[in-house]
Amino acid sequence: MKIRNLIFPIVLALGASFANGQLLDPKKLLQQPTDTWPTYNGDYSARRFSTLKQINSGNVHGLSLAWVNRYGSGNGITIKSTPLLVNGVLYFTAPNHVWAADAHNGRELWHYQYRQNTGSTIGNRGVGIYGNWLFFEAPDSRLVSLDARTGKERWSVEIADPKLDYTSTVAPMIIGNHVVLGIGGDHIDNPGFVQSRDPETGALQWKWYTTPRNGEPGIETWPDEYASAHGTGQAWIPGAYDPELNLYYVGTGNPNPVMAEQSRKGDNLYTCSIVAINPDTGKMVWYYQVSPHEVHDWDASVPIILIDGVINGKPRKLLAQASRNGYYFLLDRATGEHLVTKPFIDTLNWTKGLNAKGQPIPDPAKYPAPDGRLVSPASGGATNWPAQTFSPDTGLLYVGTSRSYSMYYVTDTDDHPEGWAGLDAQAGTDGSALLALDYKTGNTTWKHEWPSGGGPSHMLSTAGNLLFTSNASNFIAFEPKTGKILWHAGLTGPMTAGPISYELEGKQYLTAAVGDMLYTFTVNQPNK
Amino acid sequence: MFRPTVFVAGVLALPLLAVSVWAQLPSTPGTKATIEASPAAIAGSKQDPDAVARGSILFKEKCGGCHGMTAKGTNKAPDLVRSVLVLDDEKGLLIGPVIRNGRPAKGMPKVGLSEPQIGDIVAWLHAQTFAADHRNTYLFLDALTGDAKKGEAYFNGTGGCAKCHSGTGDLKGIGGKFDAHDLQGRWLMPRGGRGGRGAAAKAPITATVTLPDGKKVEGVLERYDDFTISLKDAAGEYHSYSRNNGLPKVEVKDPAKAHTELLRKYTDEDIHNVTAYLASLK
Repeated sequence: MKIRNLIFPIVLALGASFANGQLLDPKKLLQQPTDTWPTYNGDYSARRFSTLKQINSGNVHGLSLAWVNRYGSGNGITIKSTPLLVNGVLYFTAPNHVWAADAHNGRELWHYQYRQNTGSTIGNRGVGIYGNWLFFEAPDSRLVSLDARTGKERWSVEIADPKLDYTSTVAPMIIGNHVVLGIGGDHIDNPGFVQSRDPETGALQWKWYTTPRNGEPGIETWPDEYASAHGTGQAWIPGAYDPELNLYYVGTGNPNPVMAEQSRKGDNLYTCSIVAINPDTGKMVWYYQVSPHEVHDWDASVPIILIDGVINGKPRKLLAQASRNGYYFLLDRATGEHLVTKPFIDTLNWTKGLNAKGQPIPDPAKYPAPDGRLVSPASGGATNWPAQTFSPDTGLLYVGTSRSYSMYYVTDTDDHPEGWAGLDAQAGTDGSALLALDYKTGNTTWKHEWPSGGGPSHMLSTAGNLLFTSNASNFIAFEPKTGKILWHAGLTGPMTAGPISYELEGKQYLTAAVGDMLYTFTVNQPNK
Repeated sequence: MFRPTVFVAGVLALPLLAVSVWAQLPSTPGTKATIEASPAAIAGSKQDPDAVARGSILFKEKCGGCHGMTAKGTNKAPDLVRSVLVLDDEKGLLIGPVIRNGRPAKGMPKVGLSEPQIGDIVAWLHAQTFAADHRNTYLFLDALTGDAKKGEAYFNGTGGCAKCHSGTGDLKGIGGKFDAHDLQGRWLMPRGGRGGRGAAAKAPITATVTLPDGKKVEGVLERYDDFTISLKDAAGEYHSYSRNNGLPKVEVKDPAKAHTELLRKYTDEDIHNVTAYLASLK
């Protein structure tokens, strides 16, 4: 009750215009929000582009700290969640923890701690919000719903067998009355799936398996149902959604056994794929596999960005992914038609070129082996899950990249390997760069080579002619057309989640998570 | 322990899954078995190592004929390492009764094991599943597949290794110090890294900073990014300068740079040959 008394005055003071007592007006999810950041990627297009321009290339030199606050207490907590911002309150997570904080000053409004459990705490990518309800994945494979006003638990439901070592890290995505979520984990040969839950009760609405069973299309890309049913392919970050087409797009992860392929000959659909799912039925409408027969741990569970663009003079509904395997892909998102494949790092050495559908053809000579095979990129990939951004003002997609190498070893030569069945050992790096890719071609328009740090770093672009990211210890603003650095400020480490921008009472802010802290910046105005 | 109802449904579904998939296993899985839980995996599984050792022998003798010598299944009986029943089990509560009574309806006989023997098999199965599940406990296989003579030629020729190293000098006896896998990791990436066995390079990275007045400051690199260059000079004094638009000019010298440059050049055969050559330097 005490907490409730503290929060309601704040919410009321903001003059929140939520009809029927709902914190988040569902319409916000269909807009280009400025006073909210209501879903993991800011909006359904997942382009992480803010239309705000109060902070812009002309005044960014005056960008300064509004507040900083620490939410952990030396307990190893890392905030890997993009905060949501609704009615002046930030909602963010770490494994087993959810916080609400006043976006004006960082003050903690409530802190929910999940019960003790033995689940993986590798990360948690945040909450989804539906009306007054928050949803997050707990490490022991449960979906928990909280009352956003109080942090009080409403219910929790099991979303996977807690003993199978899934990693429950995914930020749920709200589409209509669906709480859509994947799950992570490829330690053992788990079935992979995306599911939808009822926001009121947590009841299962549908479950789509990422690998087919007997009688289903795609089963011919596995030796048998046994291999497919244990083929994993987890969708472990949220995707994007097109309300007009009513399609949810998500990338699936690598197949299992991860580095030994002898028991899973074939393309291994629908692992390492971009899939379009009808969120009302859970049925797959189309797919495009970016890594057929993947053996290096390069999930396609990396950002997917929806772009309304022009190709050959014709307006197209597009979908772009700069994928972990080092290739940029551009697809028609209505049909899944392939348009472009282009490598974005020049150290790639694992393919024999592209097939007619633009898919990389894996070179068997570069499959992991007992004595090791030198492959670029390393298992961490040319990029990874960190936030990428697309600016409609520049037509460029910004992605943090690494030209890393690993020796890939098979450790299990059995006809029937299990788990990872291999490992990669880093063999060096050729460097890392921030790339600005032309969405139409995948060509690099400009790049910023990092003297150190960098790699797959989190990105945000804004209509203020700014691109934000971080290196190992600085928050940095770039000029998005040219790659010129305009501003920086020291942090205690790299950003650990995607930064967001929003306005409160007409003033624009930027919030970035670093370890167990949030930093918030603004351009101060003279006192009147 | 409280188990929610959904969970129970998942366990009940297991026999159906097992039946539908086990008939389609390859005909001779497990025959080239190479995986036994490593000591690290046994320790991680928190099973009694003696019980695991006894269980390993017992399993192969009593169960391996049908389930395979590593419990990964054959066309006669299912894989137990991927079995939801085994993965869900705690201390034999779920799998103990199956071992004790068999599953006559599915053709699994009652083997007639004592309770301590059942306990040993349970311990071994848990060590096996833990081993598959935890890649940091995996053991590497033989990395010594190259041709030492060709490796020596590459070392002295194309590779350019002899510009800095010598088999009779700094690398003398290196083959006796590390196993082939460790050796390969160390020479490929002498400064180490995730999964690497490096940290072999002793020579530090140095940098020279040219200040606006033309003065040069040289020392061991401490930190270098777009905004700062920091180094420690020969006298041990710390110097740090702000950087803006690439100035002041910084030149970095990494003695291990040749290793990085080779990444784009060498073949896997070159790598294995060099490892074989270095391993021969006893």
